[in-house]
Amino acid sequence: MLFHRLSRLGSRIVKQLPRERHFSVCGMRVLQRSYGHYLQSSAAVLQRQSGTFQHAFFSNNHYLCTSFSTASGDSGEETEKINVIFVDKDGEEIHIKVPVGMNILEAAHENDIELEGACECSLACSTCHVIVMDTEYYNKLEEPTDEENDMLDLAFGLTETSRLGCQVIAKPELDGIRLAIPSATRNFAVDGFVPKPH
Amino acid sequence: MSKFLARRLVTRCFSSRPLHVCIVGSGPAGFYTADKLLKAHEGARIDIIDRLPTPYGLVRSGVAPDHPETKIAINQFSRVAQHERCAFYGNVKLGSDLSLSELRDLYHVKHGLFRLYLHMVLKVTKILAFQSLGGVFSAREFVWWYNGHPDYSSLKPDLKSSDTAVILGQGNVALDVARIFLRPTTELASTDIATHALSALEESSIRKVYLVGRRGPVQAALTAKELREILGIKNLHIRIKETDLSVTPADEEEMKSSRARKRIYELLSKAAAAAKGTSEGDCGQRELHFVFFRQPERFLESDESKGHVSGVNLEKTILESVGSGKQIAVGTGEFEDINCSMVLKAIGYKSVPVNGLPFDHKKGIVPNVRGRVVSGDISQTEPGLYVCGWLKRGPVGIIATNLYCAEETVGSISQDIEEEGVGKGEKEGSKGLMQLLEKKEVKMVGSSGWEKIDAKEKQMGIDRNKPREKLVTWEDLLAAASADS
Repeated sequence: MLFHRLSRLGSRIVKQLPRERHFSVCGMRVLQRSYGHYLQSSAAVLQRQSGTFQHAFFSNNHYLCTSFSTASGDSGEETEKINVIFVDKDGEEIHIKVPVGMNILEAAHENDIELEGACECSLACSTCHVIVMDTEYYNKLEEPTDEENDMLDLAFGLTETSRLGCQVIAKPELDGIRLAIPSATRNFAVDGFVPKPH
Repeated sequence: MSKFLARRLVTRCFSSRPLHVCIVGSGPAGFYTADKLLKAHEGARIDIIDRLPTPYGLVRSGVAPDHPETKIAINQFSRVAQHERCAFYGNVKLGSDLSLSELRDLYHVKHGLFRLYLHMVLKVTKILAFQSLGGVFSAREFVWWYNGHPDYSSLKPDLKSSDTAVILGQGNVALDVARIFLRPTTELASTDIATHALSALEESSIRKVYLVGRRGPVQAALTAKELREILGIKNLHIRIKETDLSVTPADEEEMKSSRARKRIYELLSKAAAAAKGTSEGDCGQRELHFVFFRQPERFLESDESKGHVSGVNLEKTILESVGSGKQIAVGTGEFEDINCSMVLKAIGYKSVPVNGLPFDHKKGIVPNVRGRVVSGDISQTEPGLYVCGWLKRGPVGIIATNLYCAEETVGSISQDIEEEGVGKGEKEGSKGLMQLLEKKEVKMVGSSGWEKIDAKEKQMGIDRNKPREKLVTWEDLLAAASADS
């Protein structure tokens, strides 16, 4: 089926992109960059498909929301991975390994961790909200942009060390970072938290 | 990792007997609930019904055309609709095609998620609610007009009578509407805005928009992202009175407890300072006026064209603390007018009741406890009946708010399945629904019908360099849904 071929093509594209380039792709935007003839021809094809191609392309509930960067001079070596510990709503710990350069939301999805990403990394929602459990690690992160802060303002259970998962990019200094997934239900009903007006 | 999986497997084993669920309403509340129910219960078979032949509720008809990234959530909803245990039934109306009791006979769990509406009800003055003048619309009608909702495609608002429109309200809906008025139409032309609206806007003479709020900048209901966006529109002059920006100790307290409010106040202050240097009243320039501390008293009727609005009479207000950090607006008895040829009311929303469903008229919601519908006094739960979304919480929040709302309601459903015996007994579910609809000759539009509409809109959009060209009449929508592929 065409959709299957396209999704396989998609993963091949991602794997073959030049290693010395730093780029970030998100959703449809990947089709607008001209990385090789693969993308140019697939862009034309995909434009003509019906809307359901998007979810077929990003199959298995993992949407293409990727940022990669490879350290210069590392050609031939495996991408370095860091340890990340997710603490879910029930307090259970999930240990995963995340390649440097990947964003935390994508890493969560690759490991079947239930972290929502409604807007697929467009900074148009706050559903990938995570809480950095140790201030030390929080301070190692880059300052959030105004755009991220605007979305964080609307997040449930916002704390001093909250960040949007899609904006946290794995780097070596973050090895061992612990991220809590906020329990919405607890905040929603018990604390009497009132959602901000529409 | 293995402990996590094991727990999920155990939960699944206990929930694999067939559970027939009907969800009324296919907006975010409906789809997030369906998503979570499918994950929590292996046996859940979900039918989502909607009055319109097109799904996605306000994501399709409410989100502004120039906010395509907010519509990305549709991808996830579409995946849910494609799930083998889920089906979409469009063009099926609760109340006329089906009754609540018929649904309760067919399903174990019935979920009311729809956001029905009444006219804007102003909390302040009752007179306004009953004045019906040409040129006065609810924001909902206007938004549905430019978003191509089939009920409002023939609204034909007059955008050529004057250069001024007044919007009552300062929430994100008010900002959406202001932006549609003030954005250069060349920018709107490549969005999925309905063509009839784009044509009308291209000929519009509206150049000044007033956003009127009864309280101050610290209390404004809009959010930072939207404010930043509108302040950044090219060649748009912002007007804010400096005196409106002075803060009281009560205001300081509100800002201390909400970083969002503080950020919004700072954005407005910066905009006011930047606006000070620019010249006033250049002919034809586009202006956005933030008017604070004014509440609407009545609409003024035009002398030249009877039955048409010519302005709004506003009462000045001051703020009074009512405890727990809240401040309300109180009239001072001083009045002033703003002349205009169009008024949009963007101050709130109310749901309407459905036959058989308990309803709280004061709050405009279905009375519930964590999503379980209750009737009479709060202890009387209606078995198998649940709510989520605006019908449960009132018309507040963003799309994502429904995520947490759904989590709570599905939690209640799961608990009731285990403890209260919900889900026991034989129900017909989808099979029964199909038979009933056939008997009543209801032309339901399923997923394949919607996919045909979707494909046609996208195809038409390609020709006009838009993501889609919406079909805006019932006839066109139903014809596309039943066309031969």
